[in-house]
Amino acid sequence: MKSMVAAKSNAPGLLMESGWQARRARRKFFTRAFVHLILIAGSIIFMFPLIWLISTSLKPDTQIFKVPPELIPKPFMWSNYTRMWTYFPFLTFLKNTLLVVVLSMAGVLISAPLVAYAFARLRWPGRDFLFMILLGTMMLPGQVTMIPLYILFNEWGWVNTFYPLWVPAWFGGGAFNIFLIRQFLMTIPRELEESAVIDGASHFKIYWKIMLPLINPVLTTIAIFQFMGAWNDFMGPLIYLNDQAKYTLSLGLRVFQQQTSAYQSEYGMLMAATTIMVIPVIIFFFLGQKRFIEGVIITGMKA
Amino acid sequence: MARLKSNRMARKEAITGYIFASPWLIGFVLFTAYPIISSILYSLMDYNILETPRWIGIKNYADLINDRSFWLSLGNTCYYVIFSVPLNMIIGLSIALLLSMDIKGIAVYRTLYYMPSIVPLVASSVLWSWMFNPNFGLLTHAVRFFGLKAPAWLSDPNWAKPSLIIMSLWGAGGGMIIYLAGLKNIPRTYYEAAELDGAGLWKKFIHITLPMLSPTLFFQLIMGLIGSFQVFTQAFMMTGGGPNESTLFYVLYLYRNAFQFWKMGYASALAWVLFAIIMVLTWLNFVVSKYWVFYDQT
Repeated sequence: MKSMVAAKSNAPGLLMESGWQARRARRKFFTRAFVHLILIAGSIIFMFPLIWLISTSLKPDTQIFKVPPELIPKPFMWSNYTRMWTYFPFLTFLKNTLLVVVLSMAGVLISAPLVAYAFARLRWPGRDFLFMILLGTMMLPGQVTMIPLYILFNEWGWVNTFYPLWVPAWFGGGAFNIFLIRQFLMTIPRELEESAVIDGASHFKIYWKIMLPLINPVLTTIAIFQFMGAWNDFMGPLIYLNDQAKYTLSLGLRVFQQQTSAYQSEYGMLMAATTIMVIPVIIFFFLGQKRFIEGVIITGMKA
Repeated sequence: MARLKSNRMARKEAITGYIFASPWLIGFVLFTAYPIISSILYSLMDYNILETPRWIGIKNYADLINDRSFWLSLGNTCYYVIFSVPLNMIIGLSIALLLSMDIKGIAVYRTLYYMPSIVPLVASSVLWSWMFNPNFGLLTHAVRFFGLKAPAWLSDPNWAKPSLIIMSLWGAGGGMIIYLAGLKNIPRTYYEAAELDGAGLWKKFIHITLPMLSPTLFFQLIMGLIGSFQVFTQAFMMTGGGPNESTLFYVLYLYRNAFQFWKMGYASALAWVLFAIIMVLTWLNFVVSKYWVFYDQT
């Protein structure tokens, strides 16, 4: 009787054998090759805009408008990348963006775990009810609070400052982050703290010395999410920043885009500026890829 | 004695709890609760920041119903959502299915497909504006390569929304990651049992993959609806709402009312209508879900 286990054949052997096992193995090989073909074609399609971005950023304006289009820049206009810093105050935009990003990341990383620990491990009246409210706020579209917040910050004199962009991050850093950390904390066995409690350690000590080191993976994920959120933020800077000197990269790029279309020139430099805005995000993604994808999956699956 | 001690400890724990949670408690009151309440109040007023607010009751909401631009922006947004969300899901799921066929190099493919979805929207908008250039854009060249006449993309009222929808598909890799994780959770034994019964690829997909994946699909559908309903940056950066207001999306119209026309009261009303629409959509989805979402009982 022929064994029911599929034979492990090599590709060259496939073409020589006959019988249903060989046929099936052959079909599997071609199916896999076909799948790879589609995936490769798809990857090229998905990556091509980014390749085009970099290609355009290194082309002279004359070559950008060439028909038919060429992929390789002739010559390589590295000057697009050097001139752009003086053409537009990009260093200022970058500095402003970094300011907001760093301050908001710090705020989240300091306050979110603290609050999450209170929800996960401490018992206090109203805790569960308030947690439901926390979850509820995650469903609120930002536009509902956007206007009254603007009016409030206006009364505080915070319009045209950076405060509205990073101060709220210090108050828990967003329901989403608190939720993520809290869920993670709930999976940590209580025995770890119990010995510290018996030794009379204060809650803060337990939090600082035991819990925080344990939640490093989640904190990394949150740090990456926060970086990307702050770096990419457009609506916030758009409504709060009025002086061009205070613009972040997203607003600065917008102004540059408007100018390029108005004068129909320096498209190469515009693409170079765009590339500069994209690269840090991609770098951060590669650095924290494992954690980042874990974070995306956890929030996508367990919500 | 023991009872007194534990009461004291419990009280200390409660106080510590409040202290630890205080950043969020304070922030919630200041930046969430207070704005929600004042937003409701503002929506019942006529307020332009410079003058004191004037109470006008539900006039904003009544005006909304007669506002042509309101209905236009709502229609534009619905058009965008109806096409963008399902297409995004189908593409993301298809790629995930291909990747889940246990092939080599999955990590590389995964990265390549996922990367576009983390590109800042502002940067994408600049890039895609250029790609949609009617004379020199990459997409124009691609269409002409196949011998077809290229549309004016973002300058053509009939093509502006489809162009933005095409652009949104570039981010399909975001969903792909989630579907991949969901597919991994489906026990192989189900598929093996089906194969023993002679089930082919399609049958396995319909009777095993889809039902087991349905909670994930459901969640992605809701998140997709909520997210794409708030489409703003692309329209703001690439078309300014045009041409002929064909890409005047709801949040863009809201933004204009608040920060260009300074009609804070009216804009607040628009924000609440948006909230209501999203709530209704979500609720409807939950209602319909019992007909197609299957929660594994194992």
